[in-house]
Amino acid sequence: MADAAAAGAQRRSPALGLALLAPSAAMLAVFAIALGALFQFSLLEFIPGSLRTGGLTDRNFRGVLAPLYLRYIWDTVVLSALTTAFTLAASYPVAYALARTPSARVRSLLLVLTLAPFFTGAIVRTYAWMLVLGNSFVRWPVKLLFEPEGVLVGLVHFSMPTMILILAAAISHIDPGYERAAASLGARPWRVFWRVTLPLSTPGIVSGSLVVFAWTFSAFPTPELLGGGRVKMIANVVKDLALDSFNWPGSAAFAVVALAVTLGLLVLMGRLLGRGAA
Amino acid sequence: MIGRLVVLALVLFMTLPTLVVVVASFNPTAILSFPPQGLSLRWYENALTYPQFRRAALNSLIVTAASAALALPIGTAAALALVRYPVRLRGLWNTALLSPLVVPGVAAGLGLLILAARLGLLANRVVLIVAHVVLVLPFVIRSVMVSVANLDPMLERAAASLGARPWRVFRRVTLPLLRPGLFAALLFAVIVSANEFVVSLFVSTRVTEILPVAMFTYVVNYTDPTMAALSTLFVAATFAAVFLADRLLHLSRVFQIEGHR
Repeated sequence: MADAAAAGAQRRSPALGLALLAPSAAMLAVFAIALGALFQFSLLEFIPGSLRTGGLTDRNFRGVLAPLYLRYIWDTVVLSALTTAFTLAASYPVAYALARTPSARVRSLLLVLTLAPFFTGAIVRTYAWMLVLGNSFVRWPVKLLFEPEGVLVGLVHFSMPTMILILAAAISHIDPGYERAAASLGARPWRVFWRVTLPLSTPGIVSGSLVVFAWTFSAFPTPELLGGGRVKMIANVVKDLALDSFNWPGSAAFAVVALAVTLGLLVLMGRLLGRGAA
Repeated sequence: MIGRLVVLALVLFMTLPTLVVVVASFNPTAILSFPPQGLSLRWYENALTYPQFRRAALNSLIVTAASAALALPIGTAAALALVRYPVRLRGLWNTALLSPLVVPGVAAGLGLLILAARLGLLANRVVLIVAHVVLVLPFVIRSVMVSVANLDPMLERAAASLGARPWRVFRRVTLPLLRPGLFAALLFAVIVSANEFVVSLFVSTRVTEILPVAMFTYVVNYTDPTMAALSTLFVAATFAAVFLADRLLHLSRVFQIEGHR
């Protein structure tokens, strides 16, 4: 695409290019200002019973480290790590099939099945898991709904489409010639996979894991509904403080922490991978 | 063989919950049971007549239509600029324009809520629409960029060499050639906006809330299968839309998954 487009680009005016970008930039600016307001509030004092704020303070961030909340943050970290591991294991086979199937029809079907839940919307998907994890369809030997285990299942399900797409992109960029070469030298299929395909797909594994971890870290609807108030992650604390206690400054501090962790991980990913994949 | 079974099992894990919702939506009683004791459409009737769902559906219609109508031209312009024009700092623009996707919903939602309060726009639908435009733009830009990149500039040059003015070339050659990409972008915009939940929860009230927010409130308060019926309608619509998008734009190209022979 680059050559043809670049040839065309030579004769086009940079000023018109900027003009075309201006409306998008304006929307981004609103978004940036909103995030700026969030930062500002995280440093302002909360006046109970009022939406007005007092002077500068670090109390909101000290609140994040209070024992009660620290537990939620720890739960958030553990659930995110477990979600990443399980999602990776569950997504790899599907991604491999998606990238390597010789049939365009199968690929299309797998892709639509992968993407459909991606677009089904958080509420419908989470509600579906409430039905499955509740005891009306299946009698589960252990209680799953409103427990961390149930939240974990929901989070893995939620992350799989993203992971599958990233892994499939990475696997599809591996030249099958390497695999054929290994096979022709006598390696069994498993050994080819283990020694050739898997190592070559590392960029996809790394970027998929970082994206899923970052995304799960600030997950909201899944822990909100499947956790039933008993399991809380950082985003649920943000919502409780902001929409139930009207403590916007306190809530903003948690939101800033979630934002910082998420963006930090994604920047790290960018550094690790240069400007590759996904 | 084992590999195929594993893939099948995993795909089943991904789709099973949706199937459960569909089955539950036809359950005749408020308490779910399996296998179902019969078939009933009463929950569909309930879902379609529940006043808060009707109000929320209307809000969804307004917000999604407005944000798609705004995001499509705005995003198309940006996509053209990024692929076709000598824009400086192109990489930075690309990253910045996709960045709303990676900001946690609760952070964006609370930030927009605070900003709305500052501007005296609490409970105003404008905030909701702007939020949706921002969240939908990355999808629009990405889809249109794929289309623009696949467009042969020779066709436009041919039109120009035959004497067509730039605006005429754009209207008669460029836009028609971009039509599949634009349509896919529109579909993405509608799907993403119609399903947006977290940010909308923060910047809407009981009066302006859109369907996913109303559904959330319903699930928290009631357990009957009304939600299953509404979800089934939602899923059916989304499935049709994704299928259509794949037909039009071959999704594997958008997500850079290439087939090898």
